[in-house]
Amino acid sequence: MSAALDARLGQPWKKPPLISSPALRWTLLVGSVIYLILAMNSIDVNWSRVYRGLDRGWQFVVAFANPDFTSRAAEIKDGMIESAVMALTSTVVGIAISIPIGLGAARNISILPVYLVCRSIVAVSRALNEIVVAILLVAIFGFGPLAGFLTLSFATIGFLSKLLAEEIEDMDKVQAEAVRATGASWLQRYVFGIHPQVVPRLIGLSIYRLDINFRESAVLGIVGAGGIGATLNTAFDRYEFDTAAAILLVIIAVVMVLEYLSGIIRARVQ
Amino acid sequence: MAISTLDGQKIWQRRDRDVQLKIWAMWLVGTAIFMWCWQQISEATTWAFFWDAPRIAADIGGRAMPPRWSYMDKLWSPLWDTLNIATLGTVMALMMAVPVAFMAARNTTPSALFVRPIALLIIVSSRSINSLIWALLLVKILGPGVFAGLIAISIRSIGFCAKLLYEAIEEIDESQVEAITATGASRWQVMAYGIVPQIMPAFAGIAVFRWDINLRESTVLGLVGAGGIGLQLQGSLNTLAWPQVSLILLVILLAVVVSEWVSAKVRGAII
Repeated sequence: MSAALDARLGQPWKKPPLISSPALRWTLLVGSVIYLILAMNSIDVNWSRVYRGLDRGWQFVVAFANPDFTSRAAEIKDGMIESAVMALTSTVVGIAISIPIGLGAARNISILPVYLVCRSIVAVSRALNEIVVAILLVAIFGFGPLAGFLTLSFATIGFLSKLLAEEIEDMDKVQAEAVRATGASWLQRYVFGIHPQVVPRLIGLSIYRLDINFRESAVLGIVGAGGIGATLNTAFDRYEFDTAAAILLVIIAVVMVLEYLSGIIRARVQ
Repeated sequence: MAISTLDGQKIWQRRDRDVQLKIWAMWLVGTAIFMWCWQQISEATTWAFFWDAPRIAADIGGRAMPPRWSYMDKLWSPLWDTLNIATLGTVMALMMAVPVAFMAARNTTPSALFVRPIALLIIVSSRSINSLIWALLLVKILGPGVFAGLIAISIRSIGFCAKLLYEAIEEIDESQVEAITATGASRWQVMAYGIVPQIMPAFAGIAVFRWDINLRESTVLGLVGAGGIGLQLQGSLNTLAWPQVSLILLVILLAVVVSEWVSAKVRGAII
């Protein structure tokens, strides 16, 4: 019998710790406790204000039970249409721009300078928060759906190009090479060798992005970039919780329908 | 194989005529819808502002360009608040997401008929409303401040964390659970020794991933009054203090890059 087993015999079993190095384990533990204490202390909660607010919170819960769709029906309808329009156009324009950028950002089919430029476009678009972009674009282009449309297109470019580039990098090289061997031009190589391989995924991602864009368009209105968010913000400002609840329910319903549809479409194309 | 005949010669085509016509019709309808949508946007836009935009952008850029570095003194405390909103919000969300995830996973739910739909409903409703909207609502209920932002972030994150976590629970290796059950372990012991060690890496990954997202989102929560650096951004925008705005945007960008770097490092160490 080995010495290690002899030493273990008769000893009770203990669950092995998640982090094996004791020094690192204790540093992390003590560090997080200190951080938690510091963080908790720096947050001052005005409990009397919270207590008074509970009443209003209850009103909101009640409002959710009987939402008011009728009294501001026209505003809700206009806002939803504007949101849908923004989501749709920005997705289409975003796709159109992200296909060339995605091709350029795929290391296996593009040359290094193009690759670097496209990757930096993707990085910039992904690092900037949509709301921040929307604020700047509202300042430049004025209030309205145009700023929202530009913001969402910009965000779509980063998202789609990155995923498209990764898809192209993972593709089967043999097909593209077979097309190339027939003497195809660069464009023909893309259309017949690469595009058919990535198009199911591209469609799936586009639908998913349409879904995200619609959700985001509900928020952009808060900073003045058009859509249902402006209506929602107004409803909250007037403390019309029943209208706000109605708007939220409509948003949830549309998001769920979109998610369901995108599931079906993605299952069909893949 | 789709082949058309031209002057008695066979020509290869990728698709036959019917499919081509269908695709063409789809493009026609799609283009029509897009043009209609574009018209809606165009009608709501003052195009004079659009053509004026380069001048305005240059103007704002010129005003913003040397960022007011001295303003940084006033940014440390909101930056600390933002970090706290993201971190504590993630911690609270995880605490609430774990039971929800166990209730939503098919193999651990106490009742697939009653409890699971409720857990799924919690996940869906928390996921479909943006954190900025949650913040808008909570500022009205709890009053403006860091606390509202913290709650908004944590409510928003429950759905995301619970969804990923319950998918991880459903993918565990059942044989380990059976082995623990065979020793006569109680329900809680099975959970602690059979399930939890298997989902721990996924849990840590989800926590760091969500923390990264939450830090991004908490930088803008201040716009609706929910504390953090967004509050300073809103104030500077309202007073048209562009040098301060540019500094704040720079700080936010830096924070996002750092958080992405940290989360990538931690996830790399786990996996």
